[in-house]
Amino acid sequence: MRRAYFKFSWIAAALLAPQLLIVFVFFYWPSAQALYWAFTLEQPWGGGNTWVGFDNFRQVLSDPYYWSSVRVSVIYALATTVLAMSMALILAMFVDRQLAGYKAYRVAIIWPYAVAAPAVGLAFQFVFNPGAGLFSYINTIAPGWWDLSKYPWQAVTAIVIAGAWKQVAYSFIFFLAALQSIPRSLTEAAAMDGARPLRRMMDLQLPLLTPTFFFLLVINITDSFTDSFGIVDTLTGGGPFRATDLMVYKIYADGFRGFDYSGAAAQSIILMLLVMALTFVQFRYIERRVHYT
Amino acid sequence: MIERTPVLNFATHAILIFGLVIILVPIWLAFVAATQTLQAVNSAPVEFWPGDQLLVNLAEAWALSDFGPKFVNTLIVATGVVIGKITLACITAFALVFFNFRGRVLIFWMIFITLMLPLEVRIVPTYAVAANALTPFQTIMDWTGISWLIKAVSGVEVALEWNLLNSYTGLILPLVATATGTFLYRQFFLTIPDELVEAARMDGAGPLRFLWDILIPLSKTNIAALATIMFVYAWNQYLWPLLVVTDRANYGMVVVQLSDLVPDQLTTGGGTPTWHLAMAATLVVMLPPIAIVILMQRWFIRGLINTDK
Repeated sequence: MRRAYFKFSWIAAALLAPQLLIVFVFFYWPSAQALYWAFTLEQPWGGGNTWVGFDNFRQVLSDPYYWSSVRVSVIYALATTVLAMSMALILAMFVDRQLAGYKAYRVAIIWPYAVAAPAVGLAFQFVFNPGAGLFSYINTIAPGWWDLSKYPWQAVTAIVIAGAWKQVAYSFIFFLAALQSIPRSLTEAAAMDGARPLRRMMDLQLPLLTPTFFFLLVINITDSFTDSFGIVDTLTGGGPFRATDLMVYKIYADGFRGFDYSGAAAQSIILMLLVMALTFVQFRYIERRVHYT
Repeated sequence: MIERTPVLNFATHAILIFGLVIILVPIWLAFVAATQTLQAVNSAPVEFWPGDQLLVNLAEAWALSDFGPKFVNTLIVATGVVIGKITLACITAFALVFFNFRGRVLIFWMIFITLMLPLEVRIVPTYAVAANALTPFQTIMDWTGISWLIKAVSGVEVALEWNLLNSYTGLILPLVATATGTFLYRQFFLTIPDELVEAARMDGAGPLRFLWDILIPLSKTNIAALATIMFVYAWNQYLWPLLVVTDRANYGMVVVQLSDLVPDQLTTGGGTPTWHLAMAATLVVMLPPIAIVILMQRWFIRGLINTDK
């Protein structure tokens, strides 16, 4: 711990105040407000909110649309995470061999991180478009077979691929950094013992990546719950038949289009608990991060 | 280390090139679409080779989406968020690390825990606060009876109001609180040796002079790393500007303009979808952050990995 300090004075208070004020007004207050709305119901003709206990939650949890939204969110989270992480892992492993041109490969894999989610959604809407995009080929062979705006499973596939495409770069950067922090002496010792590159990948690099792997697993799942709005909004708009109505999208739609603040707040609280649980898991794994240097 | 692995080397290149193709194909198709005429872009099957209409389409998309002022707005907001985040992170971490007072740990956790409350999950109530940013204080004063007291003493009704909708402040302020940035700065400040603090004090430097003349020059790499990721973050904001700005003509941001270009029944009215314009606009919107990431690659990677987010 530090021995040399400045004495606490008005300066320290003035330095802390701005961030604390912003955090209070834009984080803690809205969260408390969400909690308040979740347990109350606004009277239709004004006159304040009345306490309704767990009624809002009961209503949300008995709504089949909510459960289908949860189901598709989970599918989306798992599928994008698996796709993006496995692709990132393979690419990082081979980029790490540092053959000729590896810097060019690295840049080419990293840049999608910078593309805004709605831009990804829009680009993929074109790619998957039945009339004009890549999939128009399928429709010239079997007309009407591919139509995002008609078949739910196709819409879900589309947002999963778009979401995974966007997340590859992030996992790739972390995998590559972890691979590059493996001490050279370790690799050389393995090579001296006769382990060829593929053997080293399987028996040396992969086990050493475990902590990074768990960290990325949780981050990717959390992100796919909170970060999917832009993609869904421009790619499918939640349709067809609410098939791609992810949890964040539903909160937005219920709150701002349906003006159902209490229902949206109850959903927000559930999502908050979910994100908190995931963050908690993440901290446990970060604590146990293996240090190999 | 010298190994001869010709077969594996070939396989490595093959796998990497295959991966690159998967990553590049969607954007390549978007680019090709942006170079074609309305008829060509809507004729199946899809083209793989660019046409000659790129500049025409870019100009038309630029005019259609009114990108000129939108770029200025986005730059203002992104710069504001970057400067705000870095300043807040720096001064908060400084106060937490270099001052001795009780409650330091508590305050650090109060800021750090906001990581668990991303904007998307508290979107509805945050919007309500933005409509009047002083609601929290008004409510507290009403509850504690201070409003009543002020009214009884001076006869003035307390009605605080500060509407943030349709303003740069509203776009910037809710985004500048930064748990990750504060954390990054705190980690950096913890590595500053005690001797440096003692030497500075011995030479008569107060805390502010120490911060300004010693710590900020030392943290230049931190600033570059944070600035890169925060710029990309701010530029790509979508949900928040979509809600806060209803007056798009004056305060619209470029990314939000994309929502108007989705070629569905609403925008085309049953006509031919204008994919060539939508894709041209998509290219325009994503170019600046991509350029930043490629040019500032080193800082970007460092910032991302050090903040763990």
